[in-house]
Formats: sequence, structure tokens, C-alpha cells
Amino acid sequence: MLFNRFFRGLSHTSAWLVLTILFAIIIVLFHYSKSAIGDFGFFHFITNSKWIVGNDGNGGNFGGLIPILGTFLSSLIAMVFAIPIAMGIAIFLTEIAPEFLKAPVGIAVELLAAIPSIIYGMWGLFYFGPLLQSWFGGQSNSLLTAGVVLGIMVIPFMAALSRDAMNTTPSVLVESAYSMGATRYEVIKDIVFPFAKKGIIGSVILSLGRALGETMAVAFLIGGVFRFPDSLTSATISIPVLIANNFGEAGNLQLSAMFYMALILFIISFFTITIAKFYFLRKTD
Amino acid sequence: MNRLLLNKIVITLSTLAALMGISFLLWILVTLSIRGYHSIDWHIFTTDLVNNGLRNVIIGQFILAGIATVIGVPVGMMAGIYLREYGINSKFAMIVRNLSDVMMSAPSIVIGIFVYGIFVVPFGGFNGWAGVIALAILMIPIVVSTTDSMLSLVPQELREAGIALGASKAQVIYKIVLSAAKIGLITGVLLAFARVIGETAPLLFTSANNNFFSFGLSNQYPSLTVSIYHLALFPSQTSQNLAWAGSAILTLLVLFINLITRFIFKPRKQK
Amino acid sequence: MKLAIQTKDFSFTYPKTKEATLKGINIPIYANKVTALIGPSGCGKSTLLRSCNRIHDVYPGNSYDGEILLYDNNGEKAENILQYKKENDLINLRQRIGMIFQKPTPFPMSIKDNITYGLKLSGIKNKTELLDRTEIALKGAALWEEVKDRLNNSAMGLSGGQQQRLCIARAVALKPQVLLFDEPTSALDPISTASIEALISELKNELTVLIVTHNMQQASRISDYTGFMYLGDLVEYDVTETIFLNPKEKKTEDYITGRFG
Ligand SMILES: Nc1ncnc2c1ncn2[C@@H]1O[C@H](COP(=O)(O)OP(=O)(O)OP(=O)(O)O)[C@@H](O)[C@H]1O
Ligand SMILES: [Mg+2]
Repeated sequence: MLFNRFFRGLSHTSAWLVLTILFAIIIVLFHYSKSAIGDFGFFHFITNSKWIVGNDGNGGNFGGLIPILGTFLSSLIAMVFAIPIAMGIAIFLTEIAPEFLKAPVGIAVELLAAIPSIIYGMWGLFYFGPLLQSWFGGQSNSLLTAGVVLGIMVIPFMAALSRDAMNTTPSVLVESAYSMGATRYEVIKDIVFPFAKKGIIGSVILSLGRALGETMAVAFLIGGVFRFPDSLTSATISIPVLIANNFGEAGNLQLSAMFYMALILFIISFFTITIAKFYFLRKTD
Repeated sequence: MNRLLLNKIVITLSTLAALMGISFLLWILVTLSIRGYHSIDWHIFTTDLVNNGLRNVIIGQFILAGIATVIGVPVGMMAGIYLREYGINSKFAMIVRNLSDVMMSAPSIVIGIFVYGIFVVPFGGFNGWAGVIALAILMIPIVVSTTDSMLSLVPQELREAGIALGASKAQVIYKIVLSAAKIGLITGVLLAFARVIGETAPLLFTSANNNFFSFGLSNQYPSLTVSIYHLALFPSQTSQNLAWAGSAILTLLVLFINLITRFIFKPRKQK
Repeated sequence: MKLAIQTKDFSFTYPKTKEATLKGINIPIYANKVTALIGPSGCGKSTLLRSCNRIHDVYPGNSYDGEILLYDNNGEKAENILQYKKENDLINLRQRIGMIFQKPTPFPMSIKDNITYGLKLSGIKNKTELLDRTEIALKGAALWEEVKDRLNNSAMGLSGGQQQRLCIARAVALKPQVLLFDEPTSALDPISTASIEALISELKNELTVLIVTHNMQQASRISDYTGFMYLGDLVEYDVTETIFLNPKEKKTEDYITGRFG
């Protein structure tokens, strides 16, 4: 009986530990952000576009506007690029591909979703960025490059989730639309999409959450300079990249400002993911 | 006829989109293979980063991810067991389940600097343990979620049969439920391992990197992914080639683990 | 008597199966009559039914052999529907031959949109015509009184029996020549079943019905002709009365009297 109680206790503690970690993350981030929030203000920080390190290396004037903007813009570009392609793949996999292609292409997509993001960054840095630059001018490492590579990175993830959602459409429903004389496109538009709507939107938002918090694919590619992007092809910075690039050498106040940035990022992604998971992807079992 | 034309257009477009998506991804894989092929040689596996090899960082990455697994899997699995076997649909279990689900998608750089706050600052510098903890934290929610869902696939009758034989609840879970769900759980662990072994961001400011071979986790610790990051940005052909070699090795490894899980665990097709 | 459909040495093979699932079926389907297909599970009833509107073609790799002739309204000129290659021909075929499934399949849209869906596909755009035909179809399916006040509500909110009648109304709205029913009442309660059966008997004034059923009473109640299938063959086909009272084949008799199946 001792084992019984011990086992239960251990598993209960572990469950508590999960909660504890989550709260610890919030508390620790908040703790380290305090001096930045104190100096620059809770909201004022967000609307301030300066990031100037003080002469002594410790003080300075820090605001999060540019990285916040960079995060959203690069993710937006990623979504604009990824959504049509991912939907195309999902439609292809559920309604178009011949039977012998469904499994291998499906598996390939899932495997590609597992490739570490730093690999996408490498490819963007050495191949895709320069290519985009040769097409559109501007800088090789830019908002556009970061956004598009981010998009390519989330395509397999989004496509796999959307395909799963579309696959839940009962086949009798699809057949009965065909038996009314609908074309493939009409079946997709009128039956499969409405049926899988929530799942598809959920997969898009979840992918957005990924894009917002992604560090390594963007770190190589967005340029990492503290500047409003005046065009798609100019360099800027995002929250994760700001942290990745400057965290190591930062003085106290700057460090605190970066913790505050991380807290903001955490909150943004927390809400994005919560909406996706608990509104759109709620499991019904 | 209009409808038919529209149908053709949409089908063509989605096929093209699929082709385009796949070709991007193929492009990446082909690049990786070519660059990897030209830059991988035995020298890489026998020398350390100081001498333009990857031996210490590859081993370092395995040790970091390995110890993280040893810490993260028991915690995650026990928590998953609580959710499915004890808490089930209680309020506490639902809260933990949902929050753990959200944590699973939290940006990994945030986890990295959280660990920086509690394991680097107080100990006065980057250290291997901090990297281990960061990876373990990333891993826990993944393991919680797979354990939870794998255990939910075990038929209720099996538990009842165990109880009817006079086994205690812990014995039923330990001897019957876990072994019934064994394959699924192993798959989950492998996938979680594959996921964290490719992580860079949470290591940047925790274990950082080390040019030398090291088993001392209380110092800066060698890491393959962090090395790739630094090497790629270093303006020298040798470093960049080394970065490509590392990338190819990492990708091969991750894809290999993912492929293995497909062979040992074939999920039942719904419909 | 006019013919609606006639199969000639019709064989069907699913992809990746060696043996044909249907082997040389010859069956006439008379116009404005109800023909029932009976037989033990797996004998190929659904497969035959689903060949008549080529719904099999939604999935690749099936092979047809022989002929399925579809006659015009006068029962004179016939076309072999297995020769249709173009998507357009299949679409037209499916608008001429409707299909009702075992489980009700309301589309995830309003009651009205469910009915008008097929009509819009067939090119009708006029609002009043759409409304008129919705009303006629719903009345024809004895559903009008129950839903006329909530035409814009989701069809998912209807009961199982109502949903099945909605699906019939949806198919009838297209004024098809033939309706195919695959065990349309096996998921319904006795009262809903009775109303569907009454509906089917009424429908034959306007169209031809081919129905698969596991329920012997149902087959004898509503059908004029019955075919008994076994292992991919049509063992016996005759007037319903004859099949149930004086079957020629031993197999048929055994099945009808419940000795196997
Ligand atoms: N998609 C398919 N691929 C391969 N074989 C199939 C497929 N669908 C059905 N079959 C096989 O074809 C045979 C006939 O099936 P069918 O569904 O026509 O039988 P049925 O008479 O309608 O049976 P039931 O009364 O159970 O509905 C069965 O042996 C079945 O296993
Ligand atoms: Mg059947």
C-alpha cells in the first residue's frame, strides 16, 4: 500500500510541477522586467521606438515598438505566403491526390514539419535571401526574406493539421454532394471547408503562434537592425531576434527590457495558442 | 461550361500549390544534401570545434538532450498518468491539461531566458545544467500530452479486470495500463527527443557553447545547434562549411528518429 | 412496361481486389416502379446501386465491365452510362439519378440551402423559382408543415427522420428520373420508417425507385419487383410476390425464410 500512495503522490506532484513551471515562467519574467517597466512604463514601453544603450553600458532608453512590429509583420507575411500553399497541399492530399500518392506525400509533409528551424534559417541565409534580393532588390536579409522563409517553415505544419481537419468530413457527406451533381471544387467549397472550418482556422492560428515565437529561422534573416522597415525588402528586427542577438552582452537595464520583451512575447503567444486550441481545436471526445 | 472550368482551375491551382510547397521543401533537402556531402568527412567526427571538427558538439548535444530526457520524461509521464488515471476530468486535471497544452507551443526562446533567470544568473554564468533544464521544460508538456492521449486509448475494461483481480490502483497502472500503452509511449518519448535535440534558442543563453570536449555540466557546454548558429554567421568558408555539415547531420538525425517512430507505431486510421 | 435502367452482363471490380465483386449482372429496372435488392451482407447490393450513378468514380481505380443502360423518359432511347468519360456527363447523370444514404446526410447549411443546393448547381438562379421548388420538394417529402417556419435554421437541428426526409426532398427537388436508396431506414425509428416508406410509395408516380434493404417486410410492403443477390450474382429476379411466395431458387427460399443471411 505504501507503493500505492507513493505512486499517486509522485504523479500528483508531477502534475503540480507542470503548473508550477508555468507560473514560475511568468513570475521570473516579470521579476526581471520590473526595472524596465518601472523606468519606461508598462504601456509607454510598447509605443516607444527607441533602443539606445547608455554610454556606461548600463542605462539607456529602450522601447519595444519596432521588434513588436517586426514580429507581427514577419508573421503576417508568413501567413499570407503559407495559407494558400498549405491549403493547396491539404486539398491535394484529401481530395485530389491518387491513392498511391496520399501516404508518401502525407508522410513527407509530416517529416518536413519536424526539421529543426535553424535549418530553414541556414537555407534562407545562403540561398533564398540572395535569390529574393536578386529579384526584388533591397537587402538580402529583410522583412520579406524572414517572412517568406517563416512561411515555408510553417507550411508543412499548417498543411498537416488542415488535412487532418478536412479528413474528418464524413465520406457519406462528400458522396451525397457528388450524387447531387457537384464538382470536386464545389464539394470542397460547400462541404469539406464548412465542415472542417474550425479545424482549419485553428491550424492557421496555431501556425501563426509558431511564426510569432520563432527565433532561429528569423535570426539569420531579418537583418537584426533597430529600424522601422520602410519597405518589404529592408531589414528590421523581431522580439525573438532582439533577444537572441543582444542578450549576451546586455547591461542591467537592457537585460530587463529584453525580459520585458520576452514577457510580452509570451503573453501574445499564450493568447494566440489559447484561442486556437480552446476555441477552434477543442477536442470533442 | 463555367462550373467545370472553375473546377479545373481550382484543382490545377491546388495541385500547383502542393507542387510548389513540396519543391521548396525538396530544395531545402537537396541543398542540405549537397552542402552536407561536400563538407562532411571523418575529420569532423574525430576532432573538436577548436580544430574545425564537430565531435564535441555532437556528443554535447546528445548529452544535453539525453539528460533532459531522463529528467523530462519521468516528470511528464507521471503528470500524464495523474491526468488520465487519477484526475481524469476533475477541475485540477483539466486546468493542468489545458495549460500544459498551451505551454507546448510557447516560444522556446522564452523558456531559454526563463532558465537564464533562475539557473544562470544565480550561479554566475552559463552552464550545461541550465541547458538541460531548458530542454527538459520544453519536453515535459509534450510528454504529458502524449502520455495523456496514449493512456486514453487503453480500454477501461483492462483497468477493471486488474482491479477485479485485487491489484491496487498503482499496480494496475504500472503493470497493466503502462504496458498496454508501451509502444505509444515509446513513440512519444522518441518524438519529444527528436524535437528537443534540434532546439537552438533555449540553449543560446543557458549552456551557450564550448569549443572543447567537456563532460562538466557546470561550465559552458558544447552544443551542435548553437555551433551551427555561430559558424554560419562567421565570415569564413571553413566555418560555413562546418555549419552545413552540422545542419546535414542534425537533419538526418531528426528525420531518422521520426522515421523509426513510424515503423514502430502505426496509428490506426480513423474513418 | 417502360424500362428506366437495364444492366447487361454488368461486372464490377474494386481496386486491388482480384475477383470481381459483381459478376455479370442482368437486371431490368422498370420505370415508375419500386425495385428492391435483397441479399446477405457483402453480396454486392450497395456496389450495384452505387454503379447506377457512377458514385464509385469519386474514388479512383475501379473497373466496370458490360453495360448499364439508362433510358429516356419514354423508355425508348438508351445510353450506356459506363461510357461516360467527361466530368460533365457524370454531373448530368447524377442530376438524373439521385441517391439517398443509410445515415441522413444533411449538409452543414440551412434547411433551405440544403434543398436549393442541387438546384443552384444545375443553374437555377431565379429566387422565386428556387423558393417555389423548395416548397414543392418539402411538401413532396411531407416535411413542409414541420419546417416551414424555420427554413433558415441549420439542418443539423432536425431529428433523424426529418433529416432523412430532407435528404429525399433535396434529391426530389432536382426532378430526377431515378432515386437510389441504400437502406434508407435502417438508422431510423419505426415511426420515421413508416413515413419514409409511405413517401417512397408515393414517389413512384413521378420517378423510378431502386432500393436496397435488409428488411424483408419492407421489401414486400413497398416494392413491385425484387432481386435477390448472393456473392456478387443476381440469383433470382421477379415480381415481389413471386419472390416471397414462390421463389424458384432454393437459395432465395432459404434466405427469405431466414435460414441464412
Ligand atoms: N471500397 C471497397 N474496396 C474493396 N472491396 C470493397 C469495397 N467496398 C466493398 N467491398 C467489398 O465488396 C463486397 C460487396 O460489398 P457491398 O457493400 O456492395 O455489400 P452489401 O451487399 O451492400 O452489404 P451490406 O448489406 O452489408 O451493406 C464486399 O465483400 C465488400 O467487402
Ligand atoms: Mg450495403
